[in-house]
Amino acid sequence: MASTTIPSNTTQTSWRSVFTRQRILGIVFLIIAFSIWYFFAQGLGGAAESDEIGISEVITTFKLPLSSQPGDLYDWLLPSSLVLNGLALVAAFLGGVQLFRGFGRWANTILAIVIGLFIFGFLTWGAAGKSLNLGGLLSATIVRAVPITLGAFSGILSERAGIVNIAIEGMMLTGAMVGAFVGSVAKLWLPESIFAGFMGEQGLTIFGLCIGLVAAMLAGAVLSAVHGAFSIRYKINQIVSGTVINIFAVGFTSYLSARFLQKYQEFNNPGTFKPFEIPLLGDIPILGPIFFRHNIFVYSMFILIIVIHVAYYYTRWGLRMRSVGEHPKAADTLGINVLRTRWQAVLLSGMMAGFAGGYFTLGSVPRFDEGLTAGRGFIGLAAMIFGNWNPIGSFGASLLFGFTDALQTKLAILRLPIPSEFLLMIPYLATMIVLAGIVGKGHMPAADGQPYEKE
Amino acid sequence: MTNQTEDPKEQKSDSGQTLIDELNKSMDGGTWRGSLQAALYPILAVFTGLVIGGIFIAFTTEEVYAAFRESIGAGLAAAWRSIAVSYQALFVGAIGSPSEIAEALGSGDREAIRSAFNPFLESLVTSTPLIFAGLGVALGFRTGLFNIGAEGQLFIGAVTATWVGYSFTNLPAIIHIPLALIAGFIGGGIWGYIPGWLKAKTGGHEVINTIMMNFIAFRLVEWLLRTYMQAPGSVNPISPIVADSAKLPVLGGDRFHLGFFIALLMAWATWWFLFRTKWGFSLRTVGANPNAARYAGMNIVSATVIAMSISGGLAGLAGANEILGLNHRLVPAFSSGYGFDSIALALLGKNHPVGVVLAAILFGTLRNGATQMQVDAGIPIDIISIVQALVLAFIAAPAIVRTIYRLRDTGEEGDLVTSSWG
Repeated sequence: MASTTIPSNTTQTSWRSVFTRQRILGIVFLIIAFSIWYFFAQGLGGAAESDEIGISEVITTFKLPLSSQPGDLYDWLLPSSLVLNGLALVAAFLGGVQLFRGFGRWANTILAIVIGLFIFGFLTWGAAGKSLNLGGLLSATIVRAVPITLGAFSGILSERAGIVNIAIEGMMLTGAMVGAFVGSVAKLWLPESIFAGFMGEQGLTIFGLCIGLVAAMLAGAVLSAVHGAFSIRYKINQIVSGTVINIFAVGFTSYLSARFLQKYQEFNNPGTFKPFEIPLLGDIPILGPIFFRHNIFVYSMFILIIVIHVAYYYTRWGLRMRSVGEHPKAADTLGINVLRTRWQAVLLSGMMAGFAGGYFTLGSVPRFDEGLTAGRGFIGLAAMIFGNWNPIGSFGASLLFGFTDALQTKLAILRLPIPSEFLLMIPYLATMIVLAGIVGKGHMPAADGQPYEKE
Repeated sequence: MTNQTEDPKEQKSDSGQTLIDELNKSMDGGTWRGSLQAALYPILAVFTGLVIGGIFIAFTTEEVYAAFRESIGAGLAAAWRSIAVSYQALFVGAIGSPSEIAEALGSGDREAIRSAFNPFLESLVTSTPLIFAGLGVALGFRTGLFNIGAEGQLFIGAVTATWVGYSFTNLPAIIHIPLALIAGFIGGGIWGYIPGWLKAKTGGHEVINTIMMNFIAFRLVEWLLRTYMQAPGSVNPISPIVADSAKLPVLGGDRFHLGFFIALLMAWATWWFLFRTKWGFSLRTVGANPNAARYAGMNIVSATVIAMSISGGLAGLAGANEILGLNHRLVPAFSSGYGFDSIALALLGKNHPVGVVLAAILFGTLRNGATQMQVDAGIPIDIISIVQALVLAFIAAPAIVRTIYRLRDTGEEGDLVTSSWG
C-alpha cells in the first residue's frame, strides 16, 4: 500500500526546495573531488617516503593486457601526483557546473563518470610506487558483476510489472542446485554416440551444460510460479510470499545437498562453460581481453542489457509491462490483461533468477554447496534500486558492486585505508543512501507491491 | 489488504471505522482469544506442514525407492517406516522418550529425572531466542512495519552484550546481568532505529533497509572479531569469554537457563505495552490504518521510529540471551537463522505475544528435535526450514488451507500485514 509512506512535513519541504537534487549532486561531486585531492593526492607521502623520492616523482604502474597471451602485458606508467590532482580538478569542475547550472538529463551519466574518477583515483593512489594488474581487476569486476546484474534484471522484470520480488536469492539458490544436479546427470547419462560424429567430447559437455542451464531456469520459473500464485492469485502480501520462498529455498537446497549431493559427488560435478574469445572483437588490444574473453554468461549479460532495454522502452510489449506496474487500472481500461501480463513478468523474472543461479554452478565453480549464492540475490535487489529499476543503470550499479567484490583479491597489493569488511559494506550503504533519497529519489513503479483486483 | 483502494476518499471514510475496530480489539486484548476458528488455522497449517514434510522425507529416502522396486506394498511400508522413524526421533529429541520419563519418575532418582526431562528443557532453550526475536517482529507487524532485519539486530545485540559481559569484571551478578541485557537491547535497538528513522523521515522502505543492515551487521561482526573484540592470544575470530557474573544462571537440565523466564516476562511486557498503553494503541492504529492515525492526531514518525527501535531491541535481546545464557562468547556463526525463523513464527502467532510464545516454543521444539532426527534417522536439520516455509505459506494464504480441509470462509483470519513496498 503506497499510502504507508509518511508524507513530508513542512520543514522537510523547505529543506527540499533549497537542496534540490541538482544542488545535492553538485555538492556530492565537490566532496568527491575534495576527497580525491585530500586523501589520495595529499596521501602519496607514504609511497614517496618508502622509495625515498619526492611526491611528484611517484609512479603508478597499471598492467594492461595487449593480447590473449597471458604474459603479454603493457605497462602503463602514470605520474601519480599529477594524475590525482588532474582527476580532482575534473571532478571539481563537473561539481561546479552541476551546482550552478546542472546537467539536466545527463546528471546520472555525470554521476557515473565522477564515481569512475574516484575509483581510478583510488587505484592510482593505492598502487602508487607499485604495479597493479588493472586488466585483471577489470576483467574480474565484470565476472563478479554477472550474478548481480542478472539478479537485478530478475528484479526489474517483475517489479516493473508491479510484483515485488525479494525471493531472487531463493530462486538463484534453487537454480544453482538444480543446474548442478541436472547438468551432472546429463553429463553422465547422455549417450556419447549421438555427438561423437560431429562435435565429440566437447559437444557432449556443452550439450549437458545447456540442459543443466535450462533446468536451472525452469527451477526458477517453478518458484516464481508459486510467487505468482501467492501474489497474483491469492493476493497475499508479496514480501511475505517472497520470504516464504526464500526460507523454503534455503531449506530445500541445504536438505538435498546434505542428503544427496555431498554423498554422491558424481551428481554434483557438471563442469563449467569454458571462456572463449569472440573473433575480431577479442583481438582488440586492452579492451578485447577485458571484455571479450569470457564464458557464455558474460556475453548473455551484455546481450540481455540491450534486449531488455529495447524491449522495455521501444516495444509495445514493454509499454504494456510498464503500464501494468505503474497504473494497472488504466492499463485494464485500455484492454490490457493485467493479471496475464503480471504472470508473464513473474515467470520471466523467475527464469532470469534461475539463469543467474546457473552461473554459480555452471559458469563459476562446478559444484553446489550450501548457501552458495551468499546474498548475491539481495545485492542484485540493491543494484536494481541503485539503478533506478532500469537495466542500464542496474548494470552500472552491479559493476560498482562487482568491483568492490573483485578488489578483495587485490588487497595485498593495494594500501587500503579501510578494512576489507567495510569495503564489502559499500553496496549496502550505497543502497540505503539511494533509498533515503539523499542523492535524488528513485522512481519506483507506482503500483509496485499492490495486488490488482478487477472491478 | 483491506485498504487497497486507491481512492483517498474511501480511505477517509474507512478511518473512523478502523479506529473503532482498534478500540474494540484493545478492549478484549486482541483477536487471539477471539474464536476457536482463529486458532484452528495455525493448527491446521502446522499439521499440514508436518504431513508434507513427512512425504518429502519419504520421497528423499533411498530405501523407499529400493522397496518400491520389489512391490508397491513394500514401498508404501518403507515410506511409512521412514516417516515414522524420523518423526519418532524428532519427538524423542524434542520432548524426551515417554518410557524413559515414566521409568525415571517411577524410580525417583533425581539424576534420572533430570536427564529424562533434559530434551524438553533443551527445546525451551532453543525457543528462548525465538520468543525474543518473534516478539520484535510481531511488534513491527502490528505497526505495519516488516522488520526483516531481526538477524542483524540479533548480531549487534550480541556484540554489545558480549562487550559489557567481558569488559566489566567486578560487578555483582544482580547488576551485571541486567546491564548486559540492557546493552543487548540498546545494541539491537540502534540497529532497528536506523531503518525506522529512514522510513519515517525519508520513506526509504524498511524491508530493503533492514536487509542491507543485516549484511552490514555481519561484516561488522567479522571485523570486530578480527580486531577489537578478538580474544587476546587467539588466532580464531572469537571474543573473550564473558565474566561469570554476566552469565545467566542455569536452572535445570544441562543448559536450561534464566533466559526463558526473561523471555516470558518480555512477552508480558510487550503485551502490556501494545494493549494497555497509549503508545501501544497509537502503534497499532498506525499499523492498521496510517491515515486514520494521522486524522486522529497521532505522530506517525515517532510511532514508526519507536516501533522499529523496540522491535530491534527485542531482537537484540535474543542475541544477548544466546551469549549470556549459552555461548558465553561471541563467535561468527552463533545464530542459526533465528532472525529469519522469527518472521515465520510471528505470523504463525498472529502477531500476538501469547501466540508468539506458543509459536516460538513449537518452532524451538521442532528445531531441537530435528537435531536428534539428524543423528538417529540421518534427516538433515534443514527439513525444519522446509516445514516452516510451508507453515508460513499456509498461514499467509488461508485460502489454501480452506481448500484442503473444505472449510467455509468466515473472514476470521483477517489480514497478516498491512504494509508493503513504498
